[in-house]
Amino acid sequence: MARVVVVTSGKGGVGKTTTTAAIGAALAQTGGAGGKGGERVVVVDFDVGLRNLDLIMGAERRVVFDLINVIQGDAKLHQALIRDKRIENLALLPASQTRDKDALTAEGVAQVIAELREKFDWIICDSPAGIERGAALAMHHADTAIIVTNPEVSSVRDSDRIIGLLDSKTERAAKGERVEKHLLLTRYDPVRAARGDMLKTEDVLEILSIPLLGIIPESQEVLRASNLGAPVTLNAPDSAPARAYADAVRRLRGETLDMVVPTERRGFVDRLFGRRVA
Amino acid sequence: MSIFSFFVRRGTAPVARERLQILLAHERVATSGEGGDVVALLREEILAVIAKHFPIERDRVQVKLDRGSTVSTLEIGVEMPVDAKLGPRARVA
Ligand SMILES: Nc1ncnc2c1ncn2[C@@H]1O[C@H](COP(=O)(O)OP(=O)(O)OP(=O)(O)O)[C@@H](O)[C@H]1O
Ligand SMILES: [Mg+2]
Repeated sequence: MARVVVVTSGKGGVGKTTTTAAIGAALAQTGGAGGKGGERVVVVDFDVGLRNLDLIMGAERRVVFDLINVIQGDAKLHQALIRDKRIENLALLPASQTRDKDALTAEGVAQVIAELREKFDWIICDSPAGIERGAALAMHHADTAIIVTNPEVSSVRDSDRIIGLLDSKTERAAKGERVEKHLLLTRYDPVRAARGDMLKTEDVLEILSIPLLGIIPESQEVLRASNLGAPVTLNAPDSAPARAYADAVRRLRGETLDMVVPTERRGFVDRLFGRRVA
Repeated sequence: MSIFSFFVRRGTAPVARERLQILLAHERVATSGEGGDVVALLREEILAVIAKHFPIERDRVQVKLDRGSTVSTLEIGVEMPVDAKLGPRARVA
C-alpha cells in the first residue's frame, strides 16, 4: 500500500526541501529485499513558482514538464516524472516555475496523487511555507506528516498551527481519521544546546506533543550537498546529518531506535586545521 | 582523507555557481513572459515536443538564429540520447 507523506512546517526556510530530498533518497536506497532498496519512491515539489527540489536533487537540467502541465493535461504523468540517475527507484515530480499558483487545483492534485499511488510505494510531498492554498493542497492527501521544526520560538509556534490544520483540513480529517504526525527537529546546534540558549528537545516535544522522528544537527555538509545537487544522505552518507536522516527513515518505517544526535566524525587533518568554509 | 587531498580540495561553490548560471539563463527567459527572446522561446517549445517522446537534457537542444544581409538561417540541433527508445507515438509522427 502506497504511503503519502507530507513534509511541512508553516515557517519558511526550516529545512523541508532538504528533508524531502534526504528522506526520499534514503527510503529508495534502503529497505526492500536484503536492504538493497526496491521500494519505489517519488518526491513531489508543491512549491509552485519557487521550486527548488529539482536543484537540491541535481535534476534542474532535466525538467521540461511539471506538476501543473500534468494537471492541465499538457503532459502525461510519465513524461513529467524524472528518474534519478544515481538511485534507480527514485523519481522527482517538479513544480512549475512559471505558472500561477491557482493552476494547482484540488481536483488536479487528487488525480495526480491517485495515479502516483499506483506507481510508487512512497510519495513524499515537499510543502511550500505558509498555511495558504499550496501548503493546504500539499498536505491534503497525506497519510503521514513530517513536521519540520527548528528549536526556536517562531518555528515551534508555526508547527503548532500546522498540526491544527493536519487535524482539521485534510482528507483523513474529513473521514474522521487521523494523519500520523512526526516531529523532525532540524538545524539543531549541539554547541548552543550545551550553552542552554536553544529550546530543549523535551521542551519542544512537550509543547507540541507529537512523537519525535529524529534530530538533524546543523552541518555544513547540507550546504555542500546542495551546491553539488545531491541529497545529503547520498553525497555524504557518513556525515552527521545523513546518519540522523537514515535513523529518521528507519523510524518512519516503524523501527524503534534510541534517539541520539550524531556528531561529525572529523578526520585527523580536519582536527588539525579546522574545517574549511565550504 | 590524506593531507594532499586536503590541500587540493576546491570546495563545492564553483559547482554551485556553474549550475546556477546554466539554470538561470534559461529560467529568466521562461519567467519573463511574452515578448521575450524569440529564439529562447522557440527552444522551450521544441524541447517540450521532444520531451513528450523521450527524456532529454535541456542543453541537448540548441537553437541558433543567424541573420545575414540576404538570408537568415535558423539552426536547430538536437542531440539524441544513445539509449533513446522511441515510443509508438514517435513512430506515428
Ligand atoms: N541541518 C542543516 N544544517 C545546515 N543547514 C541546513 C540544514 N537544514 C537546512 N539547511 C539550510 O537551510 C536553508 C533552508 O533549507 P530548505 O530550503 O530545505 O528549507 P525549506 O523549509 O524547504 O524552505 P522554504 O520554506 O523556503 O521552502 C538552506 O540554505 C539549507 O541548506
Ligand atoms: Mg522548500
